[in-house]
Amino acid sequence: MKTTNINFIGNRNIALIFSGVLMILSIGSLAVRGLQMGIDFTGGTLIEVGYQKAADLTVLRNTLDAEGFGDATVQNFGTAKDVLIRLKLHEGLSSADLSSKVLEAINKTTAEPASVRRVEFVGPQVGDDLAEDGFLALLYSTVGILGYIAWRFEWKFSTGAVIATVHDVVVTLGLFSVLGLEFDLTVLAAVLALIGYSLNDTIVIYDRIRENFRLMRNKTTEEIMNISVNVTLSRTIMTSLTVILVLASLFFLGGEVIHNFSIVLLFGVFFGTYSSIFIASPMALLLGISAEDLMIPVKEGAEIDRTP
Amino acid sequence: MQNHFPLWKNLLVLIVFGIGIIYSLPNLYGDDPSVQVSSTQSAKIAQEQANQIKSEIEASGVTVKAFEFNDGRILARFSNTDDQLKVDDLLRDKMGSNYTVALNLAPTTPPWLRALGANAMYLGLDLRGGVHFLLEVDMDAAARQAEDRYNDDLRLALRGANMRYQSVTKNNGFIKITLKSAADKPALLTLLDKDFRTLDITEPEAQDQVWLKVSEKEVREIKKFAVSQNMTTLRNRVNELGVAEPVIQQQGDNRIMVQLPGVQDTTRAKEILGTTATLEYRLVDTEHDVRQAVEGHVPVNSRLYYERNGNPILLDRRVIVTGDQIVDASSGQDEDGRPSVNISLNGVGAAKMAKTTQVSVGKPMAVVFIEYKVDTRMVNGQKVRHKEKVEKVINVATIQGVFSKRFQTTGLDSPQEARNLSLLLRAGALAAPVDIVEERTVGPSLGQDNIDKGMLSFVVGFALVVLFMAVYYKLFGMIANFALAFNVVIVVAILSMLQATLTLPGIAGIILTVGMSVDANVLIFERIKEELRNGNTPQSAIFIGYEKAFATILDSHFTNLVVAVVLFAFGTGSVKGFAVTLIIGILSSMFTAITGTRMVINWVYGNRRVEKLSI
Repeated sequence: MKTTNINFIGNRNIALIFSGVLMILSIGSLAVRGLQMGIDFTGGTLIEVGYQKAADLTVLRNTLDAEGFGDATVQNFGTAKDVLIRLKLHEGLSSADLSSKVLEAINKTTAEPASVRRVEFVGPQVGDDLAEDGFLALLYSTVGILGYIAWRFEWKFSTGAVIATVHDVVVTLGLFSVLGLEFDLTVLAAVLALIGYSLNDTIVIYDRIRENFRLMRNKTTEEIMNISVNVTLSRTIMTSLTVILVLASLFFLGGEVIHNFSIVLLFGVFFGTYSSIFIASPMALLLGISAEDLMIPVKEGAEIDRTP
Repeated sequence: MQNHFPLWKNLLVLIVFGIGIIYSLPNLYGDDPSVQVSSTQSAKIAQEQANQIKSEIEASGVTVKAFEFNDGRILARFSNTDDQLKVDDLLRDKMGSNYTVALNLAPTTPPWLRALGANAMYLGLDLRGGVHFLLEVDMDAAARQAEDRYNDDLRLALRGANMRYQSVTKNNGFIKITLKSAADKPALLTLLDKDFRTLDITEPEAQDQVWLKVSEKEVREIKKFAVSQNMTTLRNRVNELGVAEPVIQQQGDNRIMVQLPGVQDTTRAKEILGTTATLEYRLVDTEHDVRQAVEGHVPVNSRLYYERNGNPILLDRRVIVTGDQIVDASSGQDEDGRPSVNISLNGVGAAKMAKTTQVSVGKPMAVVFIEYKVDTRMVNGQKVRHKEKVEKVINVATIQGVFSKRFQTTGLDSPQEARNLSLLLRAGALAAPVDIVEERTVGPSLGQDNIDKGMLSFVVGFALVVLFMAVYYKLFGMIANFALAFNVVIVVAILSMLQATLTLPGIAGIILTVGMSVDANVLIFERIKEELRNGNTPQSAIFIGYEKAFATILDSHFTNLVVAVVLFAFGTGSVKGFAVTLIIGILSSMFTAITGTRMVINWVYGNRRVEKLSI
């Protein structure tokens, strides 16, 4: 790939407006529709059963209704033979043996006994703890990154990187909210992995901007940013493509359990790539980054000499 | 000299590669479905016994793939799960309660690898099937029980010291002692100082009273003890259940994680783990009228109980023997074929039982079955922990003669209940009730499904990346692919060395690592291309490309690492597994993608004139 010369930074307003609209839509959807939280966070019971033949969901629903599990949601999971039953925390019934009661109930009406593929029960306290831990993980990783980049680079860069990352997370969550996909523990893990990935991309570009600030004394900040984004563009696209390749394989072949996990990362890689090109650097520019902010070459030079 | 590695660097890479291959190798061998037999007593299984078991299995018509007898433990391997289950049933019936018969998946790692300490990764429950429980220990109950104990001990001590008291009562977390005369107070304080240092003393206005409170430090100790005692008990119970490789770990202050691979009957597992069942033996109070007690006038030294059929009965307040004095219990049948539990008591219990029965021949004695049931219910949208102490008199029998150490208890509903009760009595009581706050069960078919799907997506993802790199970067791409394979080998080797648990998110982590670890190479190669465009010679382009890319790789990978570490710190269970693979993958990819590829590139291009790079 030849080095491109696209005026990314000059057209930053288009990207910023586009992202601004995306953010507003995402936050709006998160506020109105919210996220469909999985039982990991809300507590409740989830039962996955398999049948030899396609299962009749209406019959299952009616049975559960008649047996007093009116709040159960019944849906296919992956194939027509697999059924996922979700129950909220139940009033007046011990939650620990809810699952066996449900199984008993559905086996009454179906010709063929259901084979249990998995049962998950999360108590309310554990759900709260997991949600709290998840929130703390998001918070601490953001703070950790803010600190690390501020230390390695400069606070304007670090703020720009965090804004770009928050953008990726919010937009991905927004998409999750719009599509009504379930948000569980593995999805949270994927969101954190996406933070790592998105930053990775941003750092590579920042690194080049820093290098070019020191090399090209007679160019404006905007020009230097443009050059840096352009020379790293082929790398940015290449890496995103390899990651998308493995994620696509995980999405199509990895099975239903890992589906939402791969969706988050697929969205995330897409937005992460976009934001490191279109958001991270313009943000640092808006915050007033200049060559003087990064002029500490003595120590840096010594470090580079020691590398292999 | 540019682009030449010193010998030690080449050797380092090759040695790491070699070690990586050896330690990742065990994962290529599969598992044998097998049955494991071990003794629960201190006496181990003897050689003859093992031979006999072997011939019995063979007599049943099942082909044994291998029969291993090692260190008093029998491991019989089979070629399919049908045979395994058949033999499991056979042995369970044969061996009785002194042996643990458990299903297992025995790795087929060859002996020479095992001798090197190379073992396969441990498969998580989502891959092999099984059940995961998170149990919460009821700390308040533990503290309350301790308070009860102190209450009883204080009465005993006061009586022992001939100190006359009006009352010893529990009130709002305090134990209040009211003496008959205020003159005894100094003596009481001396006694407390000597024998009850774990209690904080408050002296109220009333001169004849002393208020006591279990000290903060002691409460902490009690709670700590409750958790560790519960873990021991749970371990015993799990052993009784017959699970090959159970995991029992403390999590946080008051939670215990129990993982039972291969267990499918979760109802029974829950019953056994969660219940706090024990027995108490008490004399029946024949002097007072039960009807009056039902109306609310319970005599001071008696307590009102109910029998299984609902009939009220008055029992003596003092307990003869409690469950923790039971050293052994086994289920069986009495002469009439009713289910029964045979009890053996320890020395203290036996002496007490002998003393009581000596003076009470002809009087009725009752057996009280006590069970704590804890569950969380939703009441009006509020989460309410509901605790229930179920006490039932299961048997009332007239004492026919003096007995002490061994005797039989009947009155149980079914042989199953007799078996469960004897198991629970053997394993010991839980120091505090537990509540199941999380449960995850994975059926074996789903486990295998997850492995297959995980492997397939790994292979396809890997192949796509390899193809892509080879097409785009030609020879350099091929070298990067070698580094990529090297990276996977190292990740698997390290996970195996750590004996980490591989979960489905863990596999996803490895797959993600494949996609991301070529990033370092992409960075380097793009830089080399750039240097070539800037007019550098191929040799110096390689040199400068690696050098300049290094700082970038360090920075970008390190941020990734920060996030992975946070994920590890806050993740639980399978999410932790994902974080571990990510961390190892990031670190090892820096080694393989930088040093590993450089070695090969130096071999190919180093020390000679190069006109053009295949990049």
